[in-house]
Amino acid sequence: MTASQRVVILVEDEKQIRKFLRTSLESEGFTVYAADGGRQGLVEAATRKPDLLILDLGLPDVDGVDVIRDLRAWSDVPIIVLSARTGEAAKIDALDAGADDYLTKPFGVGELLARIRVVLRRFSTLPGDCDRGDFRFGSVHVDFHKRRVFRAGAEIHLTATEYRLLGMLIRNAGKVLTHRQLLREVWGPAHIESSHYLRTYMAHLRQKLESDPARPKHLITETGVGYRLVVE
Amino acid sequence: MNDQRPDPDRLLERVRKEDTQRQRGRLKIFFGACAGVGKTFAMLSAAHGLKAQGVDVVVGVAETHGRVDTAGLLTGLEVLPLKAVEYQGRQLTEFDLDRTLARKPETVIVDELAHSNLPGSRHAKRWQDVEELLDAGIGVYTTVNVQHLETLNDVVGQITGIRVWETIPDTVFDRADEVTVVDLPPDELLQRLKEGKVYVSEQIERAAQNFFRKGNLIALRELALRRTADRVDAQMREYREDRSIRSVWQAKERLLVCVGPGPDGGRLVRGAARFAANLRADWIAIYVETPRLQRLSGNDRDRILRTLQLARDLGAETVTMGGSHVAATLLSYARSRNVSKLVVGRTSRPLWRRFATSVAEQLSLMAPEVGVYVVGYEPDVHGAGGSSGLAQERRVIAGGRRHNSTRGYVVAVAACAGTTALAMLLANRVSLTNIAMLYLLSVMLVAFRYRRGPAVLSAVLAVLAFDFFLVPPKLSFSVSDAQYVITFVVMLAMALVISNLAHNLRYQARVATLRERRARSLYEAARELSGAVQTEQIVEIARRNIQGVFQAETAVLLPDRAERIVDSSPAGEASNAPRTDTAVAQWVFDHQQPAGCGTDTLAASAFYYLPLKAPIRSRGVLALAPRNPRLVFVPEQHRLLETFASQIALALERVHFVRVAQEALMKIESERLRNSLLSAISHDLRTPLTALVGLTSTLAGGTELPEHSRRELAQAAADEAMRMSSLVANLLDMARLQAEGVQLNRQWHVLEEIAGSALRALSKSLAGRDVRVSLDAGLPLIYVDGVLIERVLYNLVENAVKYARAGSSIRIAGWIREGELAVSVEDDGPGLPPGMLESVFDKFTRGQRESSTSGVGLGLAICKTIIQAHDGRIWAENARGGGARFIFTLPLLEPPEVPEQFDAGVDGAPGGK
Repeated sequence: MTASQRVVILVEDEKQIRKFLRTSLESEGFTVYAADGGRQGLVEAATRKPDLLILDLGLPDVDGVDVIRDLRAWSDVPIIVLSARTGEAAKIDALDAGADDYLTKPFGVGELLARIRVVLRRFSTLPGDCDRGDFRFGSVHVDFHKRRVFRAGAEIHLTATEYRLLGMLIRNAGKVLTHRQLLREVWGPAHIESSHYLRTYMAHLRQKLESDPARPKHLITETGVGYRLVVE
Repeated sequence: MNDQRPDPDRLLERVRKEDTQRQRGRLKIFFGACAGVGKTFAMLSAAHGLKAQGVDVVVGVAETHGRVDTAGLLTGLEVLPLKAVEYQGRQLTEFDLDRTLARKPETVIVDELAHSNLPGSRHAKRWQDVEELLDAGIGVYTTVNVQHLETLNDVVGQITGIRVWETIPDTVFDRADEVTVVDLPPDELLQRLKEGKVYVSEQIERAAQNFFRKGNLIALRELALRRTADRVDAQMREYREDRSIRSVWQAKERLLVCVGPGPDGGRLVRGAARFAANLRADWIAIYVETPRLQRLSGNDRDRILRTLQLARDLGAETVTMGGSHVAATLLSYARSRNVSKLVVGRTSRPLWRRFATSVAEQLSLMAPEVGVYVVGYEPDVHGAGGSSGLAQERRVIAGGRRHNSTRGYVVAVAACAGTTALAMLLANRVSLTNIAMLYLLSVMLVAFRYRRGPAVLSAVLAVLAFDFFLVPPKLSFSVSDAQYVITFVVMLAMALVISNLAHNLRYQARVATLRERRARSLYEAARELSGAVQTEQIVEIARRNIQGVFQAETAVLLPDRAERIVDSSPAGEASNAPRTDTAVAQWVFDHQQPAGCGTDTLAASAFYYLPLKAPIRSRGVLALAPRNPRLVFVPEQHRLLETFASQIALALERVHFVRVAQEALMKIESERLRNSLLSAISHDLRTPLTALVGLTSTLAGGTELPEHSRRELAQAAADEAMRMSSLVANLLDMARLQAEGVQLNRQWHVLEEIAGSALRALSKSLAGRDVRVSLDAGLPLIYVDGVLIERVLYNLVENAVKYARAGSSIRIAGWIREGELAVSVEDDGPGLPPGMLESVFDKFTRGQRESSTSGVGLGLAICKTIIQAHDGRIWAENARGGGARFIFTLPLLEPPEVPEQFDAGVDGAPGGK
């Protein structure tokens, strides 16, 4: 599958942003269909068989989060949302509704392309992959079969919760997971408001796995939104 | 030439009058000689005429008295429902003033202008309702009978022998825009009466036969027609003045009527009113209070107040003055006001006082140039009932006095007995003349100490005792030597003179004490008020002082910004204490007139409401619930109250203007701040914009640029854009924090994580910097808004990057001190200049002025706002190494449990840390 065959639908009402995104995406070999509103975007998504949807949350006609919900009813095409800086709540809603990643305006094209790469790779290799034998990031090596974790060759002892948390992050490597998503998966639905559990265990994980826990390279905080495991 | 000129004052007054009339509604009066002439019928017919012309006319109240043809006229007119009023357990109806004001028709029919409203209504009289309607610009059609005119009331009473108590001031009648006489010849009226077409009210039914005598009817008709003719005459004169036809230029006359304590004050005032009207003169009613008059019973004083009130209603200016000599005070006032005529009442005096000169005589002796008119009195004008009631009351008062001074009589008897005993002892050694002196001394002492009664008793007893025990022949009242008679007379005279003198002296002293007390209370209130800087203080001072002086429950009611009076009395006050009525207070505030008890307006209220009039406008309402109304309404107390009120109003106004001035200052200050923000922003936004425009236009135009230059330019443009983005972010943050206030989304956070994400967000500008983070191990969770605290760290670190040398290190530390979490950000830069340590957190402050380092200086201000919202502190200091060090603290709370049960089934070794 080459990039030239990939189809991107771009839903963005600002003409100038649409223009530079289209230019840069096309120069990367994507076929771009642009829509300036949510309804048109949904029509495009239904007809163009897209590989990726880039969606601005602040649309004039419908709420971007509603577009995601509508879309998720019949498609699991990867979605990257674009949002304003202060819209933490909107970002969380979008991610909880099923968006895969988000970018805060203003952003550079390099950043966008990097996110697209991660999302597309995850999507193409997703089913069953978490069951593969082992996973590496930085100097950390996770052996799933033996349920053991090594850092720079030395074994690190993780508690059951820490291990579940790490597993969840690895399964979604590169993707932002909201607090709710993580809490529901790791602690269960009864604890989705207990974000301090998550923060405490995340700090433990960093202590154990990061070389400088105060400046983590892999277990990244998305402020006000959630966490992301950055692999490279 | 001059004599052709109309009086400019009069012209001005007419202009003013016409001005008020233009906004006022028009008043049309249907005027009749007596009941039954068909006034209501004529009025309703006229209303139909108005309606036919398209005028919005409604019926407020119409008394048809069951007459079919009159009631028939109501059909086709909008009739406003009457207000139901409960009075003494009975359901009664009354004209609904508020409904009419709300309905605001062009013209309203309000029958029976002289009607007295039920107690508890806003105004005591219907004509006052009508005044308010006219003030509101609503035209009024109404009816009046001649006997209801105040000045004709007693004349009609004399003619018919029936006195009606419902009257209207003549000024209302004279100011009516139109008066239509509804006339019926007496014969026809009598015919109608026989046919039962005339409504006869229950009160006068018995007297009706007398009333509806032909002679009476003719007299009443004449009165009505003459009164109307007077009005037409006045109109004619006014018209001629308008046209400057009048050839004589005359100074305006001014009349002064002197009101005394006599029972016929009302008659005097009414007479003076008629006199003034005939002369077309202004008139003033004056009451001169002498020490003797101050001794009058409360009842008499109340009557004087009523008389003054009547004069005010009849259009007079009223004045109360204090003075020891009536005539002199009157004359000095008369001269000061340029009064040409004085009206005084003839007083009925007991025979023995007729030798003294009356006020009228004194006046004509002292000021021959002033005309003095004496109005005769009518003996027993109020009928036996009223007079006997009065007498009864006097007796009650007198009785009380007698009881109080029983002691005086006992002392008088005791003194006499004592003196007699002493005299008996001395009788053989001392001559009788000197013994008489002893008696004289005892009489003098009693007279000095007690009232006249004990003094006289003591004198009589002394004479008798002296005669009986000492003057030969002893133990007998017969006197051998006639010259002792002289001793008796002298003794009696002495007793009377001294008791009078002493009494006057005591009285003067008491008056002086009272005056001094009033002056002192006023002085103290004034001093306190002048020191007050807040409205609440003024209210408190006013309440305290007035409560003390007038013994009245006091409240100061103030308007809010929308000019609505708000009830400011504390809610927790005793429930049985009377409550002020906000609606009444509002009325007082709007109309700038007193209301409540003691006035004509809403007299049923427990409170007396007084507007707080200041030079610019009303500032509020003073409400008093007097325990003893006389303490508030006697002239001198009322004057004191008015002075208090104006002092309070002045203080309120002063405080108001101080506040206005402060607000203006603050406005200027914030204006200045806004300007400095604007200039700072425009500088900081224009710089990157200029760079951006330059860079991108170079890129767009220069096709021959080498590839690496193009890249460099593009990268520079991107950097500039990011710089601007962070500036805009700061501006938006500040605007949001200030507009919405800081709204914290608090959760339990780990400091390390917050620091980590702040550093990550800054990773680009931190490239090549040595950043060291040293957080103490085991820092607890902190309960903060993570996004905002990250913003604080971000701004502090960014600030450090901005000011420290490239390649220098930035150190972030976190530790616990005194129950707080402290976080510091330290750099190796030049540090802060002394004196900047505080101001660095102000908006738009930068370490170096107009430096190439961008940023409006909002970053630190945002930090301060956020930290303060978290109940923390933030400050700057210079580190020992020379760099700047910013420290903030956050309070530590008990962190929630993080349960370990999830780790129960550990399948590795336990978490090692």
